[in-house]
Parts: sequence; structure tokens; C-alpha cells
Amino acid sequence: MTLHLSSEPFRLALFLVGIASFVGLNAAYLVWVERKGAGRFQRRPGPTEVGFAGLLQPIVDAGKLLSKQIVLPTGVDATLFRVAPLLMMAPALMSLAVIPFGESLAARNINMGLLMIFAFGSVNVMAIMLGGWSSRNKYAIISAARVVSQNVAYEIPMLLVAITMIMVTGTMNLNEIVQQQAGYFWHWNLFQLQLNPLMPVTFLIFFTCMLAETNRAPFDMAEAESELVAGAYTEYSGMGFGVFFMAEYANILLGCALATVLFLGGWQSPFGALPGVLWFLAKMYLLIFTVVWIRWTFPRTQFYGLLNLSWKILIPISLVTLVLSSAAMKLRLL
Amino acid sequence: MKNAILEFLTGLRSLFIGMRITIGQFFKPTVTVHYPHETLKIPARFRGHIELVRDPATGKAKCFVCKLCEKACPSDCITVEGMKPEGAKRKTVTNYRLDFTKCSLCGSCVEACRDGAIRFSREYNLASTNKEDYIMDLFKRLEAEGGIQTPTISSGDAQGGEPQPSKATIPSTTNPHTDPASAQVQPVVTAQPQLEAK
Repeated sequence: MTLHLSSEPFRLALFLVGIASFVGLNAAYLVWVERKGAGRFQRRPGPTEVGFAGLLQPIVDAGKLLSKQIVLPTGVDATLFRVAPLLMMAPALMSLAVIPFGESLAARNINMGLLMIFAFGSVNVMAIMLGGWSSRNKYAIISAARVVSQNVAYEIPMLLVAITMIMVTGTMNLNEIVQQQAGYFWHWNLFQLQLNPLMPVTFLIFFTCMLAETNRAPFDMAEAESELVAGAYTEYSGMGFGVFFMAEYANILLGCALATVLFLGGWQSPFGALPGVLWFLAKMYLLIFTVVWIRWTFPRTQFYGLLNLSWKILIPISLVTLVLSSAAMKLRLL
Repeated sequence: MKNAILEFLTGLRSLFIGMRITIGQFFKPTVTVHYPHETLKIPARFRGHIELVRDPATGKAKCFVCKLCEKACPSDCITVEGMKPEGAKRKTVTNYRLDFTKCSLCGSCVEACRDGAIRFSREYNLASTNKEDYIMDLFKRLEAEGGIQTPTISSGDAQGGEPQPSKATIPSTTNPHTDPASAQVQPVVTAQPQLEAK
């Protein structure tokens, strides 16, 4: 017991460094993946010049961003302006602490893991809103208003889906949720049709909401380049912008990791043998590729289309799935 | 209600069709020409800035300083100077100044030239930060080329103001371009036919 207590701080420090570097490297190289993907979807090669296949491009970009001055425009709320990027980055980092990458590979295996992720996830909205509002820029303020109405609208179906998942799994502990999905791939929650006949639809709703929550195309109203310059990030330069950018990818990472845990069996292998962290990463990166794929397939939705999709389609369907899964639970009890 | 559901379902289907199309493109080869590393063959009728034509018989410029090009130029880009050597029948050019900053590549000079002494070059790497680089002495350029001048469709006896279209559209394989800028890579004329061919 004493040994366990004394090793705990080291374990946490290790995970802190691990998660920070995981997020940092992923944020940098997801930009590369995004640009390569964008290129290939348009039959271009993407970055090719810096390093082999442009692999050093993210490092050069990061160096450029780090060497630039962070300009503080006149009239901005200096404190909020500086805090906003960190406020967006920190929740993503913290939420990754409860994601079970492998059977025993999680910084913290807490019983309220799912709740914690959604609790921190809601800070995200406030961070972008504060960033946009404190910038004192009309585009940034429009973007801030859009972010709030968009993320509030999409948090509802996402939480309804989360409630469905909590009902069918009976726990908020992410590690337990993964353990329940052991065995072949039809044991994954995605294919558990006896728990809820609309399970694949539930997954689609979760994925769509995840795209909207992370402000990814086709729901990138907050950063609509062609309308709002760079949305809430218009006035940010140097690493202020860089942190926002990293946080965006960190949130995508988190969203895909959560989707993997909830629906795709986390670190469970699809063939019932050899579970491990590689399965988790494979599933997560497949989802991330899908996110890139979706971005370069669909044009940006109009704002009323975005809200209509949430209020008129996703919320009713997620309510239906909630009712169906509770009915299925009741029937099994009878 | 029924309509709304139908609309939703067809809309949902269209999303998946769109994704199938883009993933199809994802696995096709890229069509980019990596410009500084590789270049396309410049088409035979490319209209670069003008250049002087060498007379294959004498090895000197064909131009005899009639100054028709100077008069034809709507933007006054061209200044031709020449002199008459002892015993020669015609004048020869000594200075042919082209102010490319004003030239709009209209081709009036080439059309006006009676003897086919000027033609369009196939030069396109013309970026410069120095304005003086665009005030070109075409005579010096011709001299600097030395004796080697590339055979092109507008040289030789088929010369006249307007090159004949049937001759001009002959693929470049019959008229080898040895222009250093376009000497590399693919035997295609432009990027567009290459795209369609695939």
C-alpha cells in the first residue's frame, strides 16, 4: 500500500507528460493529415516540400507561429483575450485523462468519466465566446454569437445520446463501458440492436453532434473563413491563434476517442482476441479520417439549416432512441 | 409529415453518395505538375514576348529595320535601330528594344512584320523584382544565343504574318522544342488534355 501511494505521483506526472505530448503531436500532425487529405480529395499531393512528403511542415509551421508576436489590439479585454485560448485547450487535455486507451492505460479510472468529459466539454463554448467577445471585432462577435447558439443546440442531442448510452451500459465509467463490449465486433455498442434498435442511428447523431461541437466543417460557422475572416480567432496572432488551432484538433481527438469508447468497443479487438491500445488508436484515427473526409465533401451549411438539423431532426430522433432503449430495457426486465 | 420524412431520407442518401464520390477521388492519382521541379511542354502557339528570328542563310537577324513593328505597336513598346553596312543592300538591326512592362502581347508587331523577322518566344519564367529586367534588348538576346537557334514552326519558309493554323496545330513531336524551360517531362501540350485523357 505504501509503495502504491508513493508511486502514484510519478504515475500521474508520467500521464500528464504523456497526454500533453500526445495532444501536442497529434494536433501538429493532424494538421498535416488534414492538408494531405484535403489535397488527395482534390487530386493534389498536399504539402511536399518540407521533409519527406511534407512531414516536417507542422514543425516549421509551429516554429513560425511561436516566433510571431502576439498582437493585442486596442480596446480588447486583455485578460480574457489571453485566457480564452487556454480555456479552450485545458478542458480537452483534462478530459483525455479519463479516456481508457488500453485496458490499464488511463490516467484516471474514475466512475464519473463520461460526466466529467461532458462537464469540461461545455467550457469549450465559453472559451470561443470569450475569445470572440474580448476581441472587439465585429466578425469575432458575430462568430461568438453563432458559437453559442450552435453549441447549445447541439449539446442537447449529444447529451440525449449520452443518456441513452448511460442507460444501456448502466455506468459512467468509460473503462467499464469498454469492458462490456468485449468479444467480437458485434458486441460493440454500435451493433447492439437488442439494446436499442436504432443504435447505428444513435452513433450517427453522436458523430454529427461531435462535428458541430468541435466546429468542424460542414458546421464551421464559428470560423467561416469566407464570411467572417477567421471568426472568433480573427484578432489572434502567433501562438494565441496556434493554441486555438491546437485545441480544435485536440477536441476532435477527444470526440473521436469518446465515440470509439462509447460505440466502437474502445481497445477491444474486433475478433475477440488481442485487445490493446493499437485497436483503440486504429479506430480513433479511422474516425478522424472520416472527419477530414466529411470536411472535404460537404459545403458549409447555412445557419438556419444548422439549427433546423439540430432542433427538427436530431433532437426528435435522439428522443425516440432514448424512449426505444428504455422500452427495450423494460421489456427485458419483464 | 410524409413529405418531410421523404425529404430527410433522400437528403441523407445524397450525403452518402457525396462521400462515396470524394473517397473515389481520394484513391485516384494526383494531377499536379510540381512546377519548379517539372514543367509542361509549352504549346507551339504560345504567345510569349517577341524575339528576333535568325536568317538560316546568314546566321544574322532577319530584321532589316523597316520599323513597321514600331509603328504597329499600340503601346509604343518597341524601338528599333539599325545601320547599313558598306556594300550591303539592306540595313541590319543593331538595337531592338522591347519595353515588356507596357507590352500586352497583342501581336500586332508580329502581324505587321513583312519578312517574318519577329515571332513569339516561348519564354514564361519572367518573374523579377527589378523593373529593368523587363526592358529587353532583343538584338543582344539573339547575339547571346549564339549560332544555335531552335527550329520552330514560324521559322523557315512557312513564314508570314499569321502562321497557318493547320501547321501550327501539328503536335510538338514533329517540331521538337529544345527550349530549356520546356525541355523536360511529359509530351503533353497543356494540363487540360492530360486530365481528360485519364
